Amino acid sequence: MGAEIKIIIAAIPILPLLASVITLILGRRFFKEASFVLPVLGILISFFFSLFVLSQVLHGKTFEFDLFAWIVSDSLKVGFGFLIDSLSIMMVCMVLSLSLLIHIYSIGYMEGDPGFYRFFAYISLFTFSMLALVMSNNLLQLYLGWEAVGLCSYLLIGFWYEKKSAADAAKKAFIVNRIGDFGFALGIFLLFSAVGGLYYHQVFDNLPLIQGKTISFLGIKWSLPFLISFLLFMGAMGKSAQVPLHVWLPDAMEGPTPVSALIHAATMVTAGVFMVARLHPLYLISPGALELVALTGTFTCFMAATIAPTQFDIKRVIAYSTLSQLGYMFMACGVGAFAAGMFHLFTHAYFKALLFLAAGSVIHAFHHAPDPNDIRIMGGLRKYMPYTFFTFLIGALALSGFPGFSGFFSKEGILISAYLSPYPWGKLVWLVGVFVAFLTSFYSFRLVFVVFFGEFRGGSIFHGEKPHESPLVMVIPLMLISVGAIFAGYLDIPGFLKSTLAHEPVHPHHGEHFFQNLLALIAGLSGILVAWWVYIKNPELKELFPRKFPGIYRFLYNKWWFDEVYHEVIVKPVLFLSRRLVVGFSDLFVIEGIVNGSARVVGGIAGAFRRVHTGIVNHYAVFTLIGIIIYLLVFFYLK
Amino acid sequence: MFKAHLLSWILWFPLLGIILVWFVPRDKVRLIKWITFLALLFDLVLSCVLLKDFNFAESGFQFVEKANWIELINAKYFLGVDGISVLFVPLSVLVSVLCVLISWDSIKYRVKEFYLCLLFTNIAMVGVFCALDLFLFYVFWEAMLIPLYLIIGIWGGPRRIYATLKFFLYTFFGSIFMFVAILYLFIKTGTFDYLELSRHSFPIEVEKLLFLGFAFAFAVKIPMWPVHTWLPDAHTEAPTAGSVILAGILIKIGAYGLLRFCLPLFPHASLYFSKLILILSVIAIIYGGLACLAQEDLKRLIAYSSVSHMGFVTLGIFSFNPVAIKGAILQMINHGIVTGALFMCVGIIYDRTKTRQISYYGGLASTMPFYAALFMIFTLASIGLPGTNGFVGEFMILLGTFLKCKAIVFFAALGVIIGAAYMLWLYQRVFFQNVSENVKNLPGLKFNEIAAVLPMVFFVFLIGLYPKVVLAFMDTSVKALLLYLK
Amino acid sequence: MIPFSYYVILAITLIFIGIFGMVFRRNLIVMCACIEIVINALIVLFAAISYFHRDTTGYIVVFFLIAMAAAEAAVGLTLIVLLYKKQRAIHSEEVSELKG
Repeated sequence: MGAEIKIIIAAIPILPLLASVITLILGRRFFKEASFVLPVLGILISFFFSLFVLSQVLHGKTFEFDLFAWIVSDSLKVGFGFLIDSLSIMMVCMVLSLSLLIHIYSIGYMEGDPGFYRFFAYISLFTFSMLALVMSNNLLQLYLGWEAVGLCSYLLIGFWYEKKSAADAAKKAFIVNRIGDFGFALGIFLLFSAVGGLYYHQVFDNLPLIQGKTISFLGIKWSLPFLISFLLFMGAMGKSAQVPLHVWLPDAMEGPTPVSALIHAATMVTAGVFMVARLHPLYLISPGALELVALTGTFTCFMAATIAPTQFDIKRVIAYSTLSQLGYMFMACGVGAFAAGMFHLFTHAYFKALLFLAAGSVIHAFHHAPDPNDIRIMGGLRKYMPYTFFTFLIGALALSGFPGFSGFFSKEGILISAYLSPYPWGKLVWLVGVFVAFLTSFYSFRLVFVVFFGEFRGGSIFHGEKPHESPLVMVIPLMLISVGAIFAGYLDIPGFLKSTLAHEPVHPHHGEHFFQNLLALIAGLSGILVAWWVYIKNPELKELFPRKFPGIYRFLYNKWWFDEVYHEVIVKPVLFLSRRLVVGFSDLFVIEGIVNGSARVVGGIAGAFRRVHTGIVNHYAVFTLIGIIIYLLVFFYLK
Repeated sequence: MFKAHLLSWILWFPLLGIILVWFVPRDKVRLIKWITFLALLFDLVLSCVLLKDFNFAESGFQFVEKANWIELINAKYFLGVDGISVLFVPLSVLVSVLCVLISWDSIKYRVKEFYLCLLFTNIAMVGVFCALDLFLFYVFWEAMLIPLYLIIGIWGGPRRIYATLKFFLYTFFGSIFMFVAILYLFIKTGTFDYLELSRHSFPIEVEKLLFLGFAFAFAVKIPMWPVHTWLPDAHTEAPTAGSVILAGILIKIGAYGLLRFCLPLFPHASLYFSKLILILSVIAIIYGGLACLAQEDLKRLIAYSSVSHMGFVTLGIFSFNPVAIKGAILQMINHGIVTGALFMCVGIIYDRTKTRQISYYGGLASTMPFYAALFMIFTLASIGLPGTNGFVGEFMILLGTFLKCKAIVFFAALGVIIGAAYMLWLYQRVFFQNVSENVKNLPGLKFNEIAAVLPMVFFVFLIGLYPKVVLAFMDTSVKALLLYLK
Repeated sequence: MIPFSYYVILAITLIFIGIFGMVFRRNLIVMCACIEIVINALIVLFAAISYFHRDTTGYIVVFFLIAMAAAEAAVGLTLIVLLYKKQRAIHSEEVSELKG
């Protein structure tokens, strides 16, 4: 491995970091409207570098090296390092290509915002963090990237921090992620104590050490591989927004739309899936953990797909769809089909980013509406925003798994792998997956039909004028990404990943299992058909469900009451504990009571004695005399 | 000559500043500030020489100076540093230098006395970390109280008298027990010499009592739960420089004392009481965090967060694992940097608005963007984001402790979640949301304020990304320390 | 030759005069003088002891005591003068700053 390739690999994450730091420091005073230049340039160069590295990897090479030692202390040795194999270079190329296009899109979208420079600095910093995460060769650097993307997500969700809802959502995202990271950190500790190292190769080499072992933790006996995988998966649940730590993602839509596209759909939220795939040998030796991953994914997939059709906020619908699709990826991982999961991650990144950006284009047109995200004020936009409409349609088709679009290939891959998997939960996963495929295409085409078809309903907001198509700087990235959303599925990602994810139990091929493929296809198509039936053909039908089942509808509309339950069960008791018990009772009453009480006792005794101090010197002389006499008496009599 | 007495030079150089300031008329305020600043700055240069000449491979004490002091009681002027203490000397001086900068304009009356106090504090702080004679240690230990008592009591907030009294009595009450234990050691062995004492061993029952005597004094200083209630009051009422010295150095001395004296002198008792202290540490971590959630006062909140963070330090020390102990020492330095910087930041806006109520603020990110960015960096370091120094310390402590006791780490890590919650909530209430009327027209940062805070930013990232610069100093000494506990 | 016991009796008498003055007189200057009397009693005693024991240590103490008494008188009178300037008071009952 030559020094040049090392420099190139190291430059891939470092260039965006440099661009970000310089923009952050100089942007407000000097760059102003030109703040986008450096970040875009940095990412462009990084992207070309990553293509070069990709060509090397395609020749069958892998690279692993440490840049410098980070924490070195006795048995703990971790560095900043890179592991470039098919899995990580796939992620790198995906992240950089999307990030580049979204940077360009944001030039138009964020135009005139007072925080223009800040936006580009943050999003560039995010790109660095994500690259540090996926290119890492050890768990601790993964954790660094993991927390750093969380930070960028925090900063970008709260980008419009004057809005209380945005600031709240940012804080919520960070804290919920922290809860996941709590488990992740414990998992790292446990892994370290079990295998004695945090480099991936150390972990994989020492897996036989932990296989079949048990450990007692908090008074319960656990299987060691299960406990490690479970704790690490907690981190993934937070970052990839799986139940029960999913509540932050819908709220995260408070951030600017390019952020939702890049961070909360395409890249950061998939970090959990990436982590599970990266550590797949660990998960494969623990069927219990795989089952947990599969069931969590299945449940999230189902739950989010039931919520999405009831929401009216265009971004939230897509956010729930993201949750649901992330569920698919975990379902794939949970049945051992890591390559299928990564394939879906790859295609999903493009078509979901496309959907968000197209939605952003719509929101951009509606930006002076009181709530520009509300689909009830849209309608008929097909005529006014043709490019946005086509790109959104492509995204929706890909998301629904329409044949020929990227989502079709990856979703079929997951369903077939689940059907064929040797694990007993495979069939359940498959069944739910097929049903959710129906729901997915239903809610995506609900959006398409409500937003782009029918009559324009926003006349009062536009004062009789019509919304305009977005500027070219936004439309061109949209078109480029839609190319990705169509053709990403034709790449043989599973075959490419075979070198890294070689431990898979099954490798399904397209074309076999015709019946199962057909069933999934029919589910998807019928979803489109039902959406068309309900929202175009018989619009009165859409009131039917809320009227017939008000209870279920309210339950779904309020997102299964998760937020409310958390507020009552966690937030309130913690605040009660802190205000009443810790500060009010224990600190101010008990401890301060003892402290000040003892002071008062001393003060009381002193109060009795203070009468002796009359302030007249002669009295003191008398006391001195008495004291001397007593002393002499004691001295002579006790001798 | 110079090299052999380097520690004395560092220790006593501020005395020159004291003498010079003493003879300056009290209305020549600028001259007083510059003399203090330059004296401490030169002292900082000297302590950098100390770091440069420090030999990493040597596990014992270096730069040792030994001279008879009070022959009657065999007390010696005995100085020396090893890998555990060497870093605290420059840290103390650095904190003092930055304190001069941050108080440049905010101290308005009795300026001369204030800077005399600062110089005096610096001597006592450095002395505590260098002294290897228990008697000398005790002298410096108590000497620190005097200037701080004055700093809080004269230049403090409205409830300063209550706070000083509490601060003084609390810490003095703790110290008494240590003094008794020191006297006992002297009577039994006839020496105050640390090195000689560490070779003695005592019956286990005696050792336990002696340990408790020392540990109680240190616990009050750290402060550990449940003897922490002086800290919020003292921090809150102290002027900025006082809070920074308290957070930066004073409460580190407690943890340093545990490492320097309790572990090597009373190894069996340390092992015996380790479970108790681990549990108290975890309580401190969670309790301090929960208490933070309920605070309405900026300084009080950060003071309680100190209780929580110092819980991590004691946790690391008493897990007797090399990684955790190094993490604890690192965390002491980190906490000095980060919490010191946070207090400076609070002081900066306090100087402008004269209030510490969180609800008074809002939307500062719009009016003071640069300040908001600095505060964000320290917030992140405080909640231990990877890449900042707070993470390295916390991670090493938790990892090392995990190898000893898993359940303890489970609860301690819960404290990390609470930490994120209270700091981010604080940040949101002060910096985000609508711009409050009160802070619309606040002036931006002044040069001296930027100069005081920026070095801290540098160290946050330096230690966060390349902790080796700090860890390299302690390797051999921590190894040697752990030999006592075998 | 005057026997040793005479010196002792003189010293004891002086001491009691001094203490009597300290306790019963209210004038601060007089009280200050009474302290001097007590010190003088000690001086007499030390000188006598030294003389009868043929040991010079006592003389040395005497010199110390004389110096100390002078210093003490100076400081005490200064304080009283200052007090008088500030409060126009010379009686101990009028000065009760130290009242608890």
